[in-house]
Amino acid sequence: MATFFGEVLSVYSRAVEEDDDDLDDENEDEQIHREIEEKREVHIAWCPEVAQSLEDSGSNKLQCSDLIIAVGTNAAGFLSAYVLNTESWDAVGHVSLWNERSRGSSRQSIALLPGEPACLFYRHRDNPAVLVCQSTCYIAEDQLFQWTEKVFGCLQKRGLSVMVLSDSPVAEYKTPDYLYGSAVPFLRSLKSSASESQALCPALEQPNILTGLPAAVLSHCQVHQIPAVLYQCYTDVISPDSITMETYKPALLCLSKLVKGQPCCPVLNPR
Amino acid sequence: MMFVAAECTPTSFKDFTLIMPAISVGNVGQLAVDLIVSTLNMCRVGYIHTDCLIPMAGNNPYATFAENANDLSTNAEVYSSPELRLAVLQIRTPVVQTKSKKFCKLMVSWIKASGFSRTVVLSSSHAYQRDDQQLLGTPLRYLQTPSMQKVTGDRLKEMEWKEMETVSTFPGVTDSEQRLYIPGGGATKGLFTDSCAEDIPLVVVLIFCSEGDNIPDAFTLLNHLNTWLHLVDAPAQTQPKWRIPASWRLLFGSGIPPALF
Repeated sequence: MATFFGEVLSVYSRAVEEDDDDLDDENEDEQIHREIEEKREVHIAWCPEVAQSLEDSGSNKLQCSDLIIAVGTNAAGFLSAYVLNTESWDAVGHVSLWNERSRGSSRQSIALLPGEPACLFYRHRDNPAVLVCQSTCYIAEDQLFQWTEKVFGCLQKRGLSVMVLSDSPVAEYKTPDYLYGSAVPFLRSLKSSASESQALCPALEQPNILTGLPAAVLSHCQVHQIPAVLYQCYTDVISPDSITMETYKPALLCLSKLVKGQPCCPVLNPR
Repeated sequence: MMFVAAECTPTSFKDFTLIMPAISVGNVGQLAVDLIVSTLNMCRVGYIHTDCLIPMAGNNPYATFAENANDLSTNAEVYSSPELRLAVLQIRTPVVQTKSKKFCKLMVSWIKASGFSRTVVLSSSHAYQRDDQQLLGTPLRYLQTPSMQKVTGDRLKEMEWKEMETVSTFPGVTDSEQRLYIPGGGATKGLFTDSCAEDIPLVVVLIFCSEGDNIPDAFTLLNHLNTWLHLVDAPAQTQPKWRIPASWRLLFGSGIPPALF
């Protein structure tokens, strides 16, 4: 469109991409699309023990009573410091995927470097029906549904209960009153209709929404009537931060009945 | 099958009218659908669970009191009003870029399998792409599939609705073939052409608009639709009253820090 001074600007829409009315693909394009789709596939690699359990189960599903998923470095850090800090957890698997921001190889033989963004599964040694997942790698929009279907596809639905801890920048929190610094970080919760648990913090008010992996997991639980509760921590710090991690402490009330480890104070960069 | 019922009892949509939005410029179709669900107090009966849409979750966008405020909502849900024999699909997130074709096919096959007597797609198109003729008169247009033509006959023409014009495939070349062109309409054209191919009675109602505050466009589109479907009664010479849902708060951001001034 032309502007007041005569230069031509391209108009963009927040809703639609341009050139999407030309949907005719050549055969070559189809092959390229197929190859890209294969490259972007989500793969779950389980340790031999768990892979064997899956095979032995007959339905190719693990019995799981509690699945705890941490999305983001602070949520993952909270679990590392307060839950996974005892000797009772075994690393049992990881998800590998490739996208523009997560260049992890989709070949399962490459070992993960420590500190690398990743998606790891841990299982409690004394209570193998409890699984923890720490997800710190970026999962693209087109991979979220696949991640969720593949992970939940390995778990028996009956008796399953899910908890999600998720980091979010406070800049994305919409509120009519300006949020002063002292109010941040804070927790908000969401739960699926099948969940009967008491929320330990206020519910996420409209018009705020969840996106990304937390949204994909909660939507899956809602549609499949799996009890699920999510705690979203809004923080103004991007990097791992002990005060942000401590904000998740109310979730320990639900987790402490699953784990016997004593929560200890993490030694991290003070604010 | 991507429709998942919310309750255990199966829902039948046989002979219902379906209203659904296209994700299009200004999100006008989606805003209009929000107004319909909110005003008619429609009940959620199911979800569209598919890898074609970007995931999203949040609390009940149509909450009217504390008790129903905490029902979780997902990115694509189906609402129903059995008394009006009306079903409404709301889609809240964009279609994943590479899955547009698949999405159209899935939607068309769901519509066919559900037995809707007619489907209305609410959509919009870039106002800046209008030609000289389109700049004059009403910004509202419609399109109907041949199967829909059999159901409604000339009703829409008699109501003086304007059919969406086609464009020349090769502009400037005389006797060039005409084709359908809906810039900014998202999956509208795909849904329409697939519905023609599958003999589905479907009508597209769209408005020319630009990005911005598109609430007035949603009202215009919906009032126009109401003159045909009479979803809400309106006394003569007045516009119907639509209820704005709670989720429309803060559309343009949070409160401003007082220290800024």
